[in-house]
Amino acid sequence: MHGFVQNIGRTALNFLAAFGRITLFSITAVRWIFTPPYYWQQLFRQIIDIGYFSLPVVGLTTLFSGMVLALQSYTGFARFSAEDTVATVVVLSVTRELGPVLAGLMVAGRIGASMAAEIGTMRVTDQIDALDTLSTRPMQYLVAPRLLAGTICLPFLVLVGDVIGVFGGYLVGVYRLGFNPSIYLARTLEYLEVSDVTLGLVKAAVFGFLIALMGCYHGYHSGRGAQGVGRATTNAVVSASILILIANYIVTTMFFGV
Amino acid sequence: MAVTPKIELSGVTKSFDANHVLKGINLTVAPQESLVIIGTSGCGKSVLMKCLNGLITPDQGSIKIDGQEILGQGRAALEDLRRRFGMTFQFGALFDSLPIWENVTFRLRHQQALDKKDARDIAAQTITQLGLAASVIDQYPAELSGGMQKRVALARAIVDKPEILLFDEPTSGLDPITGGVIDRLIIDARERLGATTVTISHDMASVRRIADKVAMVHHGVIIWAGPAEEMNESGVPEVHQFVHGLAEGPLTNEKPAASPAKMATS
Repeated sequence: MHGFVQNIGRTALNFLAAFGRITLFSITAVRWIFTPPYYWQQLFRQIIDIGYFSLPVVGLTTLFSGMVLALQSYTGFARFSAEDTVATVVVLSVTRELGPVLAGLMVAGRIGASMAAEIGTMRVTDQIDALDTLSTRPMQYLVAPRLLAGTICLPFLVLVGDVIGVFGGYLVGVYRLGFNPSIYLARTLEYLEVSDVTLGLVKAAVFGFLIALMGCYHGYHSGRGAQGVGRATTNAVVSASILILIANYIVTTMFFGV
Repeated sequence: MAVTPKIELSGVTKSFDANHVLKGINLTVAPQESLVIIGTSGCGKSVLMKCLNGLITPDQGSIKIDGQEILGQGRAALEDLRRRFGMTFQFGALFDSLPIWENVTFRLRHQQALDKKDARDIAAQTITQLGLAASVIDQYPAELSGGMQKRVALARAIVDKPEILLFDEPTSGLDPITGGVIDRLIIDARERLGATTVTISHDMASVRRIADKVAMVHHGVIIWAGPAEEMNESGVPEVHQFVHGLAEGPLTNEKPAASPAKMATS
């Protein structure tokens, strides 16, 4: 019993310590985002990497999610003769929930892992110390541009994902389920409000920040050797994914008032 | 009148949790002198070198550059100080994502807003002085051999003519001939720049070539320091064993201390 309580206490303390370290890390990094000099080349590179190169994976994910959602909702709603609401369900689900969360999780896997591996490798090969010796602050050069790029790019990715996801639902609705194209489009827009889209984008910005933060934090504090970098990469993806799910609930509660 | 040492360390200590790596280092390096620090793996040489340019902050003691205390200064003062240093790391620490010309001129580009054409010219000029072809500047570090990477790292360290050069095992992992070439380049660079150098090395042939003065670190303290030519007659058993590479002696079965990682976030 004594050991059990001790373990709980130790776990709680470790959690609080990690939370404190991540908070301090993020405050320091955010401060450097707004402090000159600005590393535009680094920022541009990250925007291309996060935004442009994640488009295929986000596009495919939301396309098939929109298609499956249309099929599933049709099957379910047909039981109480509510098939007409399929278009509305697809557009609201994609913009409010599926778009941001699925894009966030996919980008966490792709970008969170890549950031942790790159920065972790720089840590274990002394490249981060080398930055310091060259009068360049590693937090400002490596972390700040990634955080900013993540926060900027995710909303754009989600916006594109929303359109593709709704288009996927449209394809299934019209060509598989036999909806009239004009009516399907009208139903899609009928109950959609601007706030559904914009608040989905706010979620995306939060997720983008969290993904970059976890990738940078775990990479920056990577242990020695290949094993250390591997562990940092895994931790970055797992922690970013969990934080996305938690943040999704918090943001939904705050903004959608549900 | 006594000459002010270029570098002066007094009572420098550093611990990582319960691991006391440096236990009171006292050391001076004269202007334009070449000091080589030797010692077994894990004895604290790299920590000592990182203390010199502020990568690691000692727990206690004093470090003076040109008679001026550097410990306890703010970030801006530390950055000003680092501009006076050039440093190479054991494995080069070249930036993988940047071509050679950007690696070499990294500090010039970011601190002096040097334009691309001038930066490329300076990079080409510097690496040709070190025996590499100018065409190398457009390649990436992963495309170069270990010896070429060491030369590029040396070019990055000397390109803005620092007063103090720090070399962490500059010839490790190189064949004897390439190691000899790197030593020659270090000596040339030091003479050309009039720089003071501090080098960590396990390679005794290299130590004999480049050192004016040798200091041996053991168990976190300097157990012997003196002119390189007196190294063989130090009278200290640990130094004798290390210098002659003997398997038997007081250094046998030493347990290396854990290598600490720097975790600063600013």
